[in-house]
Amino acid sequence: MDGESLSRGAKIFFRITLFNGAVTIDITQTTVSLFVVTLITIILAIVLGKGLTKKPGRKQALVEKLVMMLYDLVETTMGRHNLKYAPYIGTLLLSSLLGSLIGLTKVFRSTTADLMVILGWALVTSGLCWYEGIRNKGFFGWLKSYTEPVVFITPINLISEVAQPMSMTFRHFGNITGGGILMSIVYAFLASLSGFVFKWLPASIAAAMPPIFQVGIPAVLSLYFDLFSGLMQAFVFSLLTMVYIAQANPAPIPGAETRVKKTKKTKAVSQPIPQADAKPHQS
Amino acid sequence: MDMPTAITLLAKALGAALVMAIGSIAPALGEGNAVCKALEGIARQPEASSDLRSTMILGCAITESTGIYSLLIAMLILFAL
Repeated sequence: MDGESLSRGAKIFFRITLFNGAVTIDITQTTVSLFVVTLITIILAIVLGKGLTKKPGRKQALVEKLVMMLYDLVETTMGRHNLKYAPYIGTLLLSSLLGSLIGLTKVFRSTTADLMVILGWALVTSGLCWYEGIRNKGFFGWLKSYTEPVVFITPINLISEVAQPMSMTFRHFGNITGGGILMSIVYAFLASLSGFVFKWLPASIAAAMPPIFQVGIPAVLSLYFDLFSGLMQAFVFSLLTMVYIAQANPAPIPGAETRVKKTKKTKAVSQPIPQADAKPHQS
Repeated sequence: MDMPTAITLLAKALGAALVMAIGSIAPALGEGNAVCKALEGIARQPEASSDLRSTMILGCAITESTGIYSLLIAMLILFAL
């Protein structure tokens, strides 16, 4: 996965033409990677979900811990009444994470380095928001919510409705693609640097020397740009999805989304904070 | 390489460099400020650190998006223009 292919988009392997050329489906690198990610997810689900027992073994304890973490995250962010979205959020998290990390293999292209994949996810989020809005307020009530608080603010509301999936898409796509391009620039720089070092050798030997600087040094950067960035963006994307859906589907009764486990903590937080210095200071 | 091509290339490189340089100032400052305030909050109230951390990450991601937009513009200038 070099920078050129990242910036030019995915390579098209072959093209399926249907209905006398009316519909064309391109099978690209991203499509292949997506199918591989799907396959990995299915295999993981089958392997980890097999042979569940009342008394959890090592593997089952780990999986239960992860699933409980996911449900806790969804409950604290969206409230208890939105817990039905936990499987969707988990799917989003897992496919985004695997899709980013599959680029590390250098065989498959990162699925998240393609704009269309993430645009699809963001549009699903928008669709869920609209569904929840219509379900809560009724169709005309949902339409009326765009004219709030005053009527002439409607265009701004509509623009923000379009900007929401766009900003989600470009954030994730830009992070992954930018990291990949930066990594390829680093690789090219290190290759030319090691070529420069071997310049004193005869040309035939220098051409055969391996690019020694490419060993080890890019690993530190790859840790940040590929691993950390992919993890972070997967988390941020699903967190934003949760926040938007929770906005569209607030708790039915005020005080209904009580965090059962966190009553003590919220009480501690709500106490007045003793301010050391009253005036805000610039740093 | 003839002269017009060279000038176009120069303009592209300069434009992309300027977009990235200017466009990354504000998100960096904003993110630094956000992390600074979150750290102050954590130092004052360590028991609220998990809530603060997730909110800070979300805020950082939203702040970062302006920088990401400038990166996209730089990429468009370099590869699509």
